[in-house]
Amino acid sequence: MIEIVNVHKVFDGKKVLNGVNLTIQSGETMVIIGRSGCGKSVLLKHIIGLIKPDSGHIFIDKEDITIMDEKQLRNLRMRFGMLFQGAALFDSLTVGDNVGFSLLEHTDLDSSVISGKVKNCLSLVGLTGIEKSMPAQLSGGMRKRVGLARAICIDPQIVLYDEPTTGIDPIMGDAINDLIRELQHKLKITSIAVTHDMTSAYKIADRIAMLYDGKIVQVGTPDEIKNTTNPIVKQFITGAAEGPITIKEEIDK
Amino acid sequence: MKRLLRRPKRFLVEIGRKISEFMIYVGRVSILLGQTVKLTFAPPLVKKKHIYSQMSKIGVDSLPIVFMTALFTGMVLALQGAYQMKQMDARAFIANLVSLSMCRELGPVLTALVVAGRVGASISAELGTMKVTEQIDAIETLAYNPIKYLIVPRFVAIMIMLPLLTIYSDLIGIMGGYIVGVFKLGIGSRVYINMTFDPLVLKDFFTGIIKSISFAVIISIVSCYQGFAAEGGAEGVGKATTFSVVLSFIMVIAADCIFTALFYFGF
Repeated sequence: MIEIVNVHKVFDGKKVLNGVNLTIQSGETMVIIGRSGCGKSVLLKHIIGLIKPDSGHIFIDKEDITIMDEKQLRNLRMRFGMLFQGAALFDSLTVGDNVGFSLLEHTDLDSSVISGKVKNCLSLVGLTGIEKSMPAQLSGGMRKRVGLARAICIDPQIVLYDEPTTGIDPIMGDAINDLIRELQHKLKITSIAVTHDMTSAYKIADRIAMLYDGKIVQVGTPDEIKNTTNPIVKQFITGAAEGPITIKEEIDK
Repeated sequence: MKRLLRRPKRFLVEIGRKISEFMIYVGRVSILLGQTVKLTFAPPLVKKKHIYSQMSKIGVDSLPIVFMTALFTGMVLALQGAYQMKQMDARAFIANLVSLSMCRELGPVLTALVVAGRVGASISAELGTMKVTEQIDAIETLAYNPIKYLIVPRFVAIMIMLPLLTIYSDLIGIMGGYIVGVFKLGIGSRVYINMTFDPLVLKDFFTGIIKSISFAVIISIVSCYQGFAAEGGAEGVGKATTFSVVLSFIMVIAADCIFTALFYFGF
């Protein structure tokens, strides 16, 4: 279980997270929605310990990661996988070396064992025979899939997805959504995704939380979110220009 | 009166701010150097293949440019020396001038500047791009230390390859001087070779090597630090790269000045 307790973070005088409280149960898929630049990715990076909060706590199975040192954090991260918005594949390594990075660097496994595992992970995301390709040769959708294969290669218990469908066409986006859902069923992992793509959110989420003004304003199942009475959430999910969230407000910030 | 006083005050505040910024920068670079040295020897050691790959990129790929730079420098030194020595009828001392200048000064400094321009810029640009495209964050999420994975191999490779390139540069520079001295100025081959190596003592050679080791520390840490500190997309990477080269150049020349003074007065 992941518990985020009263997390605050300020960047250059701007309050990005202003008392975030959220609990994610083991095995569930939580989708965090919110406007671009509202701090969703920052929250995700807090969960994996890439950013430390100014105040507040984050517990992963009752262990407070905000007080861990680098070594403890690295041990903890062995339980995580993360898909970055731009996939963040290592340009200088082949697809195979990208996917097997953790196994190559952390273990003394035989290269044939590692390449078998890499093949398996790539086939899970629907890719085969591209181990020798370089990331620059891949399309956006393929890069995301390879990023996903890399994230699941060390059999993580928790996978974080940063905008999994951003920057790819709707058909590939839907394929990625199916993949996330399938991986969750097959591997029984806890998933946290941040997105502003509501189609994706409804499709993959067990529960959805909306981040607005540095706080979680509502948490609920996709149906509860669809039928919300909260004007902020309602405006966001319907994509209305008029409402409590104004563009002027964004500019003022 | 108040207005007159306000300007010098603002000027002094600005100077103070710049000095404190510089001290913070030196502090951060020193911390990175400390972490890098510690991680170099901390188990598990960095895989040799990562170090060999960097040694090839940094050292082997720099051979042609170091060759050209050193050859022409040696030739220019000999020609310039000939101009001066002719007046004293002491042309044979050209060999002496070339070998001493190359080993003590020009070999280490020119090689360091070439490596700072070629390799330092490339390291800053590569690491900076990795930073802004979240590849460094990705390394962390894969439970690996980015300093160990990215900086340590580059640091070790430069520490090994820059002194070797310096020795290579010394020899090529001496060869350049030999070509001019023997084939253009008509100094006998044996005389030139004797006059090259007779006055050279081990201290001259090691002075250059010690300098090149210190330059290696400067180039590797400054370029890696700038890469890791890059922010804000392509523009940020460009700025980091430029700053890395400019700062490495200044620091190499400043360090050379300090070492030359130390060796001249102290040793």
